[in-house]
Amino acid sequence: MQLPAHFEYQRARSVEHALALLSRHGPEARLIAGGHSLIPMMKLRLAQPELLIDINEVPELGGIEITEDEIRIGALVRHTQLLDCAEVGRSAPMLHDAERVIADPLVRNRGTVGGSVCQADPSEDLSGAFSALRAVADIAGPAGERTVPMRGFFHGPYQTAVGPDELLLRLRVPLPAPGLRTGSAYRKVSRRAGDWAVGAAGAAVTLAPDGTVAEVGIGLTALGAREFVATEAEDLLRGQRPTPEAIDAAGRAAAQHCEPVADQRGPVEYKRHLAGELTRRVLRDALARAGGR
Amino acid sequence: MTLVDPRRDPAAAAPVPNGFGPMLRKEDGRFVRGRGRFVDDIDLPGMLHGAVLRSPYAHARIVSIDTGGALAHPKVRAVITGADLERRGMAWLPTLSHDVAAVLATDKVRYQGQEIAFVVAEDRYSARDALALIDVEYEPLAPVVDARRALDPDAPLVRDEVPGRADNHVFDWEAGDAAATDAAFAAAEHVSTCDLLYPRVHPAPLETCGIVAALDPVTDRLVVHCTTQAPHAHRTLYATLTGIPEHRIRIVAPDIGGGFGNKVALYPGYLCAVYAATITGAPVKWTEDRSENLMSTSFARDYHMHGEIAATKDGRITGLRVRVLADHGAFNGTSQPSKFPAGFFHIFTGSYAIQAAHCRVTGVYTNKAPGGVAYACSFRITEASYLVERMVDVLAFDLGLDPAQVRRKNLLRPEQFPYRCATGWVYDSGDYPRALEQALEMAEYAELRAEQAQRRAEYERTGEGALLGIGLSTFTEAVGAGPKKQMDIGGLGMADAAELSVHPDGTAELRLSCMSQGQGHETTFAQIIAHELGISPYAVNVVQGDTDRTPFGLGTYGSRSTPVSGAAAATAARRVRERAKLVAAAMLEISPADLEWEAGRWQVRGDPAAGASLAEIARAAHGSLELPDDLEGQLSGRCVYNPPNLTFPFGAYVCVVEVDPGTGQVRVRRFVAVDDCGVRINPTVVEGQIHGGLADGIGMALMEVLAFDTDGNHLGASFMDYLLPTALECPSWELGQTVTPSPHHPLGAKGIGESATVGSPAAVVNAVLDAIGVRHADMPLTPAQVWSAMRGRPLRTDLAVR
Amino acid sequence: MEITVTVNGRTRTRDVEPRLLLVHLLRDELRLTGTHWGCDTSNCGACAVWLDGVPVKSCTVLAVMADGHEIRTVEGLEGPHGLDQIQISFVQCHGLQCGFCTPGMLMTARWLLDRVPDPTDEQIREAISGQTCRCTGYENIVRAIRHAAAAERDAAERGAR
Repeated sequence: MQLPAHFEYQRARSVEHALALLSRHGPEARLIAGGHSLIPMMKLRLAQPELLIDINEVPELGGIEITEDEIRIGALVRHTQLLDCAEVGRSAPMLHDAERVIADPLVRNRGTVGGSVCQADPSEDLSGAFSALRAVADIAGPAGERTVPMRGFFHGPYQTAVGPDELLLRLRVPLPAPGLRTGSAYRKVSRRAGDWAVGAAGAAVTLAPDGTVAEVGIGLTALGAREFVATEAEDLLRGQRPTPEAIDAAGRAAAQHCEPVADQRGPVEYKRHLAGELTRRVLRDALARAGGR
Repeated sequence: MTLVDPRRDPAAAAPVPNGFGPMLRKEDGRFVRGRGRFVDDIDLPGMLHGAVLRSPYAHARIVSIDTGGALAHPKVRAVITGADLERRGMAWLPTLSHDVAAVLATDKVRYQGQEIAFVVAEDRYSARDALALIDVEYEPLAPVVDARRALDPDAPLVRDEVPGRADNHVFDWEAGDAAATDAAFAAAEHVSTCDLLYPRVHPAPLETCGIVAALDPVTDRLVVHCTTQAPHAHRTLYATLTGIPEHRIRIVAPDIGGGFGNKVALYPGYLCAVYAATITGAPVKWTEDRSENLMSTSFARDYHMHGEIAATKDGRITGLRVRVLADHGAFNGTSQPSKFPAGFFHIFTGSYAIQAAHCRVTGVYTNKAPGGVAYACSFRITEASYLVERMVDVLAFDLGLDPAQVRRKNLLRPEQFPYRCATGWVYDSGDYPRALEQALEMAEYAELRAEQAQRRAEYERTGEGALLGIGLSTFTEAVGAGPKKQMDIGGLGMADAAELSVHPDGTAELRLSCMSQGQGHETTFAQIIAHELGISPYAVNVVQGDTDRTPFGLGTYGSRSTPVSGAAAATAARRVRERAKLVAAAMLEISPADLEWEAGRWQVRGDPAAGASLAEIARAAHGSLELPDDLEGQLSGRCVYNPPNLTFPFGAYVCVVEVDPGTGQVRVRRFVAVDDCGVRINPTVVEGQIHGGLADGIGMALMEVLAFDTDGNHLGASFMDYLLPTALECPSWELGQTVTPSPHHPLGAKGIGESATVGSPAAVVNAVLDAIGVRHADMPLTPAQVWSAMRGRPLRTDLAVR
Repeated sequence: MEITVTVNGRTRTRDVEPRLLLVHLLRDELRLTGTHWGCDTSNCGACAVWLDGVPVKSCTVLAVMADGHEIRTVEGLEGPHGLDQIQISFVQCHGLQCGFCTPGMLMTARWLLDRVPDPTDEQIREAISGQTCRCTGYENIVRAIRHAAAAERDAAERGAR
């Protein structure tokens, strides 16, 4: 098996402690939580930090809390925990759809929600899902706490708004006003269970009392969509009746405006097709779930 | 006497047949306790660890290698380069295919991942660190990546170190009657042509290859623990390569975590570890990582095939012609009988009565790893079987016929056996139509066709819904290599030996030259002895893998353990039984002619109470009983079995898939497999072997491929890229069986290890193409490939997607 | 640095480099070689062990991260009363061939049955979907887990009566 290079290791006891360690050691220090993005990279020696700061026992980073207007997910929440939380499944089924197809059960036991979004892999399912849901990220740094919307969180492949001396605290997913019909869904095409997506899409829809689309979020994963969202498709659908024609138009817009890259998972033409096809399918799924309410 | 304690061994709690039957495995107790002993589990005092520095380039001249940084590392004990080996005449080793392969590169590197240097350090982490301290200067060269361009006049030369070599051509080989075949094609009512690729894939056993090499300073013996499917062959090879005589070499294959043909070859890393052990005076362990395994050890297949099938308009096949371009990588290192450069590919007429057939195989060098014969291929029968099963479906497609019907029309019939096919193979026995009908019945073929039609109509009407596909594969295998006159591996005849000793207390030891990597030999071979001698399988200790304790043979691959070693064991046991008869005659003071064998005893015909059990006979044979002058004491038997022919297992498979036309995703709904491997020694073990091979078919048909980009970069060097099926991709396999004994095998058994891997890929591919109504597209049929094929533009899967 | 890990109920203290992977702590330092490794990229699952009662891939956990925590490996399945039911079922259902993936499969199966005593085949296949087997085609592994579940339910019913 491939093996990491030398590094130092420290355990953070609190957010404050973690931030202090980051400040002291600078860019050669990396935070480690689940480690299922970082350790594989270190084994391949694609990443060679000098210090790992283990945040697995920082109490402020755990926990899932559901209030009236949002779902609060601590950065350290393991994928399995999110999947096991029935309330999350009810309020934001897209997150369960996505978690079910991320990696495999053993990786999900260890990997964290925060770790996944901070890794910012262009094929990260949670990036597409949380962006579709219009979640926000609470970040702690030397200057205090700040909040960054997920649409604005990703600066590029493997680059996020979290600075080298900062730490992601939690993600917060807004819940629509009570009484409004809402639904969400996520679908992924992969070559095999657990593989990164060839392409994936997530849609969250809230309907106005008159049946038009009050708000819609469409996230795309692995398809080269800017900031993981299909904003043109969203704009087209917002305010409309969600007819098959409107859904088709949204799918076409999603396909048109993404920039997939050819790789062993597929050529550009196919991925662009998936952007449209999966957008249509998740919109239909989300609407069906909204209708059920 | 207590043979086994059921409280400690759960296998013994179940019924134990005194012979053939579904017995639980004796070896399982240690594995479920985590007490298997695999190479990487071995820890010897003072043991050092090796690591291999590998080339990042597919083709490059080596300008210089500076090992100073590595040598300066406090935990490094040695660094070996090609120059060091060259001084000892060890920089190149002969392959089994009349070529040479580099051990450590000297002049050039010829594939990405090729071995450049070997570092020996005190622990595995330091060894890995030291690799980064070796400085190599390369001068990159243009690589030959596309096999179809390897013979272009301007193609870069891979093997320029061979004097006089001017191109990348390795060999031409042909079989069959070209003239008769040409005539059949000229006269044919219909000809279908198809280009098919069986892409480069990899056996990828879960345990990678590894070795612990130690030179005992007191006895001056080289002791090697290694993942080898052929311990004795390795011993003979090491003697040739190192100059150490064979009697001072001991090879031990401990438990092996899967072989599948990956653990037959003698890899450079092994030889480097042996050399390192001699120069450091310490045991040296080298266990490769997964990327090394996938990049440099024996890949499988990589056959570019041009198939032509001639037939009447109503689907009776009159001729089959194939041209193959075989990508052999940078060295011709295929491991197969020496007179067969294309292995047994020329069994490509498969299960059909095809009078006229001809194939020509051209081997070429490319800048990729050597290999080609591996992954349960039965020496290229995977390629041959895929070719003919695809061509039959292409023919059916072109003629608008049901593929089951085309098979029925052309399958060999039982009365035609033994059958000499157009390329010279003599199939021993078979009833192919019966297997096909059973498979079709189990699958409920007619109902499936009806459902398929319904779904297609629905899809055409609404654009929604999954399409259903049904794919068949009726294959013939040829295993148990093989008769010495025709088959040798590196000059070693493929006869395997078995030695059986019955101890004074009537328990026994069977020493074999084959080597299990999971096939259950400790149980099945005990069952053979039990069958012949009427004793419990728990009374038989099966010894394999240690060349100090076992007789010579060529090991386990090509499904040969049952056909060859099984025959040897049975014959040795029969010799023991005959000797026991003579001893019993002496014990009872009667003529041997008056004795008959009944349930483990030689007894007097007509007076069953007068007799002796095998245990009693064994005791007497070791005792002071007077024996006739020409009868030696003790009770043992030996056999070196030279098989008179191969054996020919066969099967009929039906695969049912659902395809999502909107995404190209494939779901395997069902897989029905009817196999015939002759007499089944242990049906449970046989079924397990089939289950594993069927999963291989799904893997290769849908997701496995080693592709390369234009720079020769290997695109499948991890399990993130080289995808293997999980429990979610595999359906619950539905097995049926027929039993057509082999007429020439002492037990009537044929061997089963590779059948399912041979037969299943075509069934899956045929099913997917049947679902989407496409004539042909190459494996792997990933969602992108399925979607592209539906649009009439299937991808070329051996090169990078663009 | 010095770490203390509880492995199969026993406290073990070792001085290790931070980069030492948990799988190597178990195999090379503690000589518990039942846990295997088969890849470089956290895919194959041959290295599965329990970390605080939950199966994880030990090739992707640093030994130092396990400091102060509990590990259970295949060697810890057999107790004073003998083999665990899951081990017995694997033997009785021919759920292993080469035995290399087996320890990892056993650990995941044990965890599944502890949480879901009556799993469907789909749940079983999903639970082991992060672990590769090259020999069995998964069929008999699934049967073995089903068999163990049934045996344990029967035993529980008998015990309850």
